Amino acid sequence: MVIKGHRSTAGGSEAPAHGGGWALPGLSPGASALPSIEQVWSWLHAIPDPEIPVISLTDLGVIRDVAYEDETLIVTVTPTYSGCPATSIINLDIETALRDHGVSDLKLRSQLSPAWTTDWMTDQGRAKLKAYGIAPPTPSGRPGNCPNCNAEDVEKISQFGSTPCKSLWRCKSCLEPFDHFKCI
Amino acid sequence: MAQNNTHLAEFLLRMGDNALILGHRTSEWCGHAPVLEEDIALANTALDLIGQTQLWLTYAAEVMGDGKTADDLAFLRDVWDFRNLLLVELPNGDFGHTLMRQFLFDAYQSIHLPRLVRSTDPRVAEIAEKASKEASYHVERSADTVVGLGDGTEESHNRMQAALDRLWPYVGEMFATDPVDAAMAEAGIAPDPASLRTEYDALVGRVLAEATLTVPESTFAHKGGRTGQTHTEHLGHLLTQMQWLQRAYPGATW
Repeated sequence: MVIKGHRSTAGGSEAPAHGGGWALPGLSPGASALPSIEQVWSWLHAIPDPEIPVISLTDLGVIRDVAYEDETLIVTVTPTYSGCPATSIINLDIETALRDHGVSDLKLRSQLSPAWTTDWMTDQGRAKLKAYGIAPPTPSGRPGNCPNCNAEDVEKISQFGSTPCKSLWRCKSCLEPFDHFKCI
Repeated sequence: MAQNNTHLAEFLLRMGDNALILGHRTSEWCGHAPVLEEDIALANTALDLIGQTQLWLTYAAEVMGDGKTADDLAFLRDVWDFRNLLLVELPNGDFGHTLMRQFLFDAYQSIHLPRLVRSTDPRVAEIAEKASKEASYHVERSADTVVGLGDGTEESHNRMQAALDRLWPYVGEMFATDPVDAAMAEAGIAPDPASLRTEYDALVGRVLAEATLTVPESTFAHKGGRTGQTHTEHLGHLLTQMQWLQRAYPGATW
């Protein structure tokens, strides 16, 4: 099987335009066989959250570290909620994506402390959530405004929504119910 | 196991079994709650508790060091090996009864877990750090619901008072100190449970007063769950369901 550098635009990765069909993405022929840390991050940026695919795992802030220990790539992941069923899927997606990019010596490490907080969600992630119809987490702990019509008059329906990380709200202006990404 | 590891393992089983048994009880509501939002809330609460179970029992199994896993501890032990509070194994009763039990437990967790964050055992501290965030969210909801139903209609008020009267004798067990607790306190791993009582009574008293409910005067406490000495007859029935697959198909995996 020929492994093609199908993400030739990824930062730092050379495009294997000619006879470099055997070259793994992110690795220059003749150079070290290990993709750079920046390259790995750029691959991780592209992995969607399994339950809210509009944001990536890096937007969510669950990937805490990428580093090499000798030749082994260590990706440190923290769970959002301790019982979130997406946690094992997230690990599987990371492993699958990195192996597809040619990383063979890989280890995922789970880290509980410091505990995940929505403060780690990127601004880009918050904007994407809102555009998708989910009110992003805010320091006040309640949605700033309705993601559909921007009205500020909103009320809580339930402290839990369709996933452990969301609560359920309703806009009293446009009357639409919406999910709010819980602030923890 | 060295003596101090025996105590640590026992402490971890107590933490894990509380979360496991209440998580299972709460999950029994899945598809049966009075409204959809409450159904989802109960299922999510159960999910958090089962997640915490995984963390505590994984560590317990490591400390026990006989090659068992968290799954082995959850599915291959019998009643007398469980170390959960009697409170959490009681049947669900009606929705108000379930939420009253949840509140009485959440209030305890919301005080206990933040203290464990300062544990001298780093694993205990990091699990507690994760779980205490979830517990503070849980107690917010269960307290709100207890107030809403207690200070609700005559029917809901009466049911919540009946639930409190029934469950209150199971609260004292949370604060009964035994040699395991003494060893944990001495090692700085966990606080002496008795030292949490004042804070607990203040929190619970405030919420129950707002809910227009009367705290029973009797201080009698049923005990025996967290020491494993005497469980109620309900735990065995719960295990027949929770452990059914491993009992019917020993060693089954997927």
